Amino acid sequence: MTEAVPWWGSAWRQFRLERRMFWRNPTAAFFGVLLPLGLLAIFGAVFAGRDEDLAVIVPGIAGMSVMSATFTSLAYNLTTLRERGILKRLRGTPMPTSAYLAGLAGNAVANAALQLVIVILAGKLILGVDWPRDWGSMALFAAAGVVCFTFLGVALAHAIPNPESAPAYVNAVFLPQILIAGVFYDADEAPQIVRDIAQALPLTHLVEGLSGAMIDGEGVATHSVSLLILGLWGLLGAILAVRGFSWEARRDP
Amino acid sequence: MMEAMTRGVPAIEVTGLSKAYGSLAALRGVDFTVARGEVFGLLGPNGAGKTTCVEVLEGYRQRDSGEVRVLGRDPGDRELRAHVGIVLQSCGTYPHLTVRETVAHWAAMYPRPRQVNEVLALAGLDDCADRRARRLSGGQARRLDFALALVGDPELIFLDEPTTGFDPAARRAAWDVIRALRDLGKTVLLTTHYLDEAQALADRVAILQDGVILAEGPPDQLGASRYRVAWRSADGTLEERFTEDPTALLHTLTAEAVARGESLEDLSVTRPSLEDVYLELTEAVA
Repeated sequence: MTEAVPWWGSAWRQFRLERRMFWRNPTAAFFGVLLPLGLLAIFGAVFAGRDEDLAVIVPGIAGMSVMSATFTSLAYNLTTLRERGILKRLRGTPMPTSAYLAGLAGNAVANAALQLVIVILAGKLILGVDWPRDWGSMALFAAAGVVCFTFLGVALAHAIPNPESAPAYVNAVFLPQILIAGVFYDADEAPQIVRDIAQALPLTHLVEGLSGAMIDGEGVATHSVSLLILGLWGLLGAILAVRGFSWEARRDP
Repeated sequence: MMEAMTRGVPAIEVTGLSKAYGSLAALRGVDFTVARGEVFGLLGPNGAGKTTCVEVLEGYRQRDSGEVRVLGRDPGDRELRAHVGIVLQSCGTYPHLTVRETVAHWAAMYPRPRQVNEVLALAGLDDCADRRARRLSGGQARRLDFALALVGDPELIFLDEPTTGFDPAARRAAWDVIRALRDLGKTVLLTTHYLDEAQALADRVAILQDGVILAEGPPDQLGASRYRVAWRSADGTLEERFTEDPTALLHTLTAEAVARGESLEDLSVTRPSLEDVYLELTEAVA
């Protein structure tokens, strides 16, 4: 039997639907657009005139935005979709699983790109930080971060038993990382033990790569280890995401 | 196409189906067959194994043993999804989409969908087509479930407890949709714990209790071989006797009564209702 509905058509329609729902959901749209802007405004005011600190927080918040647009929102969304039974319902249709997940991930990628653009624009126009010096390298790191955190977000969704506990799980992973990864301050000033832990985590390497590309104009070669570590985390995430995927909320039969 | 491949094969064939969750046996050797175009009711109390049975047929759960064919195929076959419509027991939709957008999105998943407007009319959703899903009433949300199960123009539709928790008006409306499905020639497998629902909708009924089918047949003939003979004895108490041969029993009873010089007050012979059969069977097991 031939597949009458093309795969790309399914994935594209799902992506379009996710975009439409994103803009209709005020909470999602708020966190997606205004949160990075608000954080930049606050830290911009705190660090006003201190160019060195501003040069830290712009790539830092760019990295954090990539993580929150993919990792955080996918972990929340999938948990809610599973609990509402929407995933189970979709499972009963002919739409291929891979096309559905591609549409869902595409939405997260679009949000990450949108937030990145907002952060770069605001950094230049409001805080007076220069345009990124190596666009290509920045795009590559952003893409690596998106892929890595998309898989990790899907993987984490499996571990979350229900939507009520989702904030606890997500924040337990997200908050410590943004605090030690050098999002808000130069990580080199942190104690050694904190720096060692941070070196094992993906966000640190995303921020390092973005910072190198945006502020110092360093190419990919300078931060190839960071790219490798992002890749390894992405691979681990992909394995966990595919192996543990569950369509149904866990309930007693 | 699939219809050509499987025409003539029953819509559903189940033989010796068993399924356990750990040490709890949910299904213990279930057999039944559903013909094309039939509305088949799986009737039983809560916890009887109805949902487990339907979810095995829908491909959501693995069976432990037994033969199961749905439209001639194994229920795990993804190709079946284009030919089967599923109304799950409780299942949400996207809250921020309108009814029409949701149905249109689902339509695009299927190779040969029905017209969206036609499905909205069939499911009785004309009045709220442009309302967002999160603003729907319980009855309207259930009708949206029906619409999404119908829009792919499936041959076979599973309805798991389609009216549980409904007020009487919403129930009647749902029944009308199910009758409309039958009129379209669809095969319907319906689970319910409401006797009147099975009686009103199903061509054939199977009574499931503790994972076993206790009886099966058209609702008005189920248990038809067992007649209830009732009368009032001389001291005024109501007596009843069940028999497969009412003629012989009546002969004995009347002969004895005449010999004693009594009359059998309120003598009646009735075929049991579905309710009688259901209660008798399920209570005997419980």
